Amino acid sequence: MAELAYWEAIRRAHDEEMARDKMVIAMGEDIGVAGGTYKATSGLYEKYGEERVIDTPISENSYTGIGIGAAMIGMRPVIEIMSINFALLALDTIVNAAAKIRYMSGGQLEVPIVVRTPGGTAHQLAAQHSARLARMFMSTSGLRVVTPRGPLDAYGMLKSAIRSNDPVIIIEHEQMYNMKEEIPDEEYFRPLEGAEIVREGSDITLIGYNYSVHLCLEAAKKLEADGISAEVIDLRSLKPIDRETIRKSVEKTHNVVIAEEDEAPVGVGSEIITGINEDCFFALDSQPVRVHAADVPVPYNATLEKAAIPNADDVYQGALKALGKI
Amino acid sequence: MDNADKKRLLREMIFYRRFEERTFEAYMERKIGGFLHLYSGQEAVATGVLEMAVTGQGKDNDYVITGYRDHIHAIKTGASPSEVMAELYGKENGCCKGRGGSMHIFDASQNFMGGYALVGQPFPLAAGLAMGCKHKGTDQIAICFLGDGANNQGTFHETMNMAKIWNLPVLFVCENNGYAIGTHINRSTAQPDQYKRVDTAYCMESSQHDGMDIDNVMAAAKEAIDYVRSGKGPYFLELMTYRFRGHSMSDSKGYRTREEEKEWEKRDPIKLYSDKLLKAKVLTEADIKAMEKEIDDEIENVIIKFAEEGPEPKVEDLNKYVLDDNPDPRWIGPLQNN
Ligand SMILES: Cc1ncc(C[n+]2csc(CCOP(=O)(O)OP(=O)(O)O)c2C)c(N)n1
Ligand SMILES: [Mg+2]
Repeated sequence: MAELAYWEAIRRAHDEEMARDKMVIAMGEDIGVAGGTYKATSGLYEKYGEERVIDTPISENSYTGIGIGAAMIGMRPVIEIMSINFALLALDTIVNAAAKIRYMSGGQLEVPIVVRTPGGTAHQLAAQHSARLARMFMSTSGLRVVTPRGPLDAYGMLKSAIRSNDPVIIIEHEQMYNMKEEIPDEEYFRPLEGAEIVREGSDITLIGYNYSVHLCLEAAKKLEADGISAEVIDLRSLKPIDRETIRKSVEKTHNVVIAEEDEAPVGVGSEIITGINEDCFFALDSQPVRVHAADVPVPYNATLEKAAIPNADDVYQGALKALGKI
Repeated sequence: MDNADKKRLLREMIFYRRFEERTFEAYMERKIGGFLHLYSGQEAVATGVLEMAVTGQGKDNDYVITGYRDHIHAIKTGASPSEVMAELYGKENGCCKGRGGSMHIFDASQNFMGGYALVGQPFPLAAGLAMGCKHKGTDQIAICFLGDGANNQGTFHETMNMAKIWNLPVLFVCENNGYAIGTHINRSTAQPDQYKRVDTAYCMESSQHDGMDIDNVMAAAKEAIDYVRSGKGPYFLELMTYRFRGHSMSDSKGYRTREEEKEWEKRDPIKLYSDKLLKAKVLTEADIKAMEKEIDDEIENVIIKFAEEGPEPKVEDLNKYVLDDNPDPRWIGPLQNN
């Protein structure tokens, strides 16, 4: 076991997969000579050369499209898009091409690309650099969308994503790249599907994904001090969603809070609550609570930014509300 | 090119025209749904360019990709006309099992990598196919056919730039028919000569040629394909052509004059080529008549029959082909909680 930062875990996964399979290449802005905005590809350019670690111009839609074209004939491109805000420029090739080519061709072709991109608020990056947008991708048939919450999954899920034959969107987070975690020295894989119970509890279920899992874990500690036992679920995959794990937990705890860093309308929480309504409505003792961002573009001002984005205390308060304690 | 090949080329173009005109009828009978974009008038472009490429050899073919006006490109690359027609009928025996339809013809077994409805989207996909060829070290190239209108998309500019800086083996064929649906090129495009849009801007080799005379097209295409295949990088080939039908089936053509149409009809690629072959005594009027009869019989008795008799896809199969239907549980899971 060694402690690795999130970015190091990603780099290790790239490195091992590129060493194993010549068809694996990395593409993105500043990922090669410069080593990557988040260092997630550092050292790879020196090791694998410019043909396999490709510094692209600032042309998100088309370099993603080039990755898709290459993937259609057997390559395995891992594309870094510097921010999920910029991934909006690539929605055409991701949503209209990558997600649909297998289907339109009646199963003749597949598009095994991986698109890695961080979504989320960091430190006063303001409205055009703070989008989360997971909900946009999770609503698209033909994509897989995963949200590794730490280095263990960041490494293991990237390895799986590269080997998977489907287009996979990996949503990372600006605030997680330096997060550390012990991970095994030997190679391992973490499956792309399935939510994970990261903390067991019996009174209430707190559901998070990506960064908000950490808010849920912090809230669970506070609840424990109040004598409330919270179970925490990391969704891990937003497309598809593991409804079975959620159902089992809700049938055990009968209360639920969903924590999302994104704005609420038409979001992850809406989808989770719909699933709960359909799968285990009668197991609920209280109305599900959504903890989410204010429905505004993310403000630059630090005080306003803080007010707009949910924190661990908001999740804690949400749990108390669900349990009728406030 | 010997006389047999010349006859074959003429036959192919007549076949393509008749195939498209027959889809028009089937559309009127509501056998074909959705949007249908016919290629009539532009046959010399796909036929001539692809005649110079590697086609009909299965997985050894060059890679071909295009927009929504795609039936003929698919067939010339090697797709079975019966399967293309069955796809238009939405049948399970169609080349995409009825999932794609007219605008999304694919035949991976012949490296025909699809028709795409999003104007301009195939540019980067083509460059990606070329990148794959280069990476694997095969001497295949990618050929991308798109219209003049597509050149106003961002993907055009982004892709021309990347294709050039990465020296990708890709041939862009611009089928300049003067219109994007009902908008004349002079009203949409600052530089009407499309080949000029890449030469100084992206330092790309490019040229413009008549696209109605197939001999012309073949000569230009041969030069362009040789250039790309030799490893010199991308090439942009602009071919001047005209579509005889409306943009799609719902087009009343109110945006162009009958005089303009008549001028172009004088240069019908099939007429030009058959006149040439008649003059050179490669064949006779009677040969052409016989050819046409044979083609119509084939279309009716083989192709339409195949499409008509093909089974409907099963509703139970609705969710197939969305993601990998047999995923490896090592990568996909699901994760087990104890
Ligand atoms: C992204 C996008 N925008 C608009 C359309 C609607 N549309 C379909 S075809 C077309 C014109 C394209 O013209 P051109 O590229 O010259 O091709 P042609 O039809 O003349 O062969 C337009 C605007 C579309 N399909 N995709
Ligand atoms: Mg046009």
